[in-house]
Amino acid sequence: MVHLTDAEKALVSGLWGKVNADAVGAEALGRLMVVYPWTQRFFEHFGDLSSASAVMSNAQVKAHGKKVIHSFADGLKHLDNLKGTFSSLSELHCDKLHVDPENFRLLGNMIIIVLSHDLGKDFTPSAQAAFQKVVAGVANALAHKYH
Amino acid sequence: MVFSEDDKRSIKGIWNKVGGHLREYGAEALERMFFVYPTTKTYFPHFDLSHGSAQVKGHGKKVADALTNAVGHLDDLPGALSALSDLHAHKLRVDPVNFKLLSHCLLVTLANHHPADFTPAVHASLDKFFASVSTVLTSKYR
Repeated sequence: MVHLTDAEKALVSGLWGKVNADAVGAEALGRLMVVYPWTQRFFEHFGDLSSASAVMSNAQVKAHGKKVIHSFADGLKHLDNLKGTFSSLSELHCDKLHVDPENFRLLGNMIIIVLSHDLGKDFTPSAQAAFQKVVAGVANALAHKYH
Repeated sequence: MVFSEDDKRSIKGIWNKVGGHLREYGAEALERMFFVYPTTKTYFPHFDLSHGSAQVKGHGKKVADALTNAVGHLDDLPGALSALSDLHAHKLRVDPVNFKLLSHCLLVTLANHHPADFTPAVHASLDKFFASVSTVLTSKYR
């Protein structure tokens, strides 16, 4: 469970309201695959991932980024029960997708970088700290059911 | 880790764009790191870590200047960073995990101030650069 103060919760929801979530999802997932190319191992069926521009313009990457960010946004509404919210996704990522939870941490940090890029001045150290708590909580929740 | 010609071009390109701001960014990255990862403060009990601290500004400048030196010697980071590597191994002994935390905060800071130049390809090259510098600085630890 993440412990955000009321001020942090307000910061997070206020700033989330200012971004285009679908674009953040696509950008974060794309950058994950460009900066850490080994993460492409889960997406060989996505077609052309051969260069940074191929990855960033890939329609399947964008669609999947959107899917992922919608789940993340759901987590933002249930910060008091992330483990419950992500329980079945956790089982899926372990049992069917076989994704090392380290990847959730890497993607979480990509979301942070994209938010910093998009929000500029608004993404203060306090804002970063609040969002880092959220991405760490989501990563832990997604890893919780692993066995 | 090997830098391609594209990596070198990306790193030098953004470094030129940033120019004199780098020292401010060094301080900002440290401030973010101390705030977001409070355990990193344990290495600076002798510092005033409040917002705007002159000591943090001074240290940010030091870090920025060392990185600029590294950018000028991408083909020989171990050589260029040898003295700093000795310092970190024998005197400072900063746990290796912390280099990733500072590297992340440097990326957050650069993305924040230079959104147009911080493309995915530049981001990738910078991540490699910071990881390489971190590896060199911890290479003599044992």
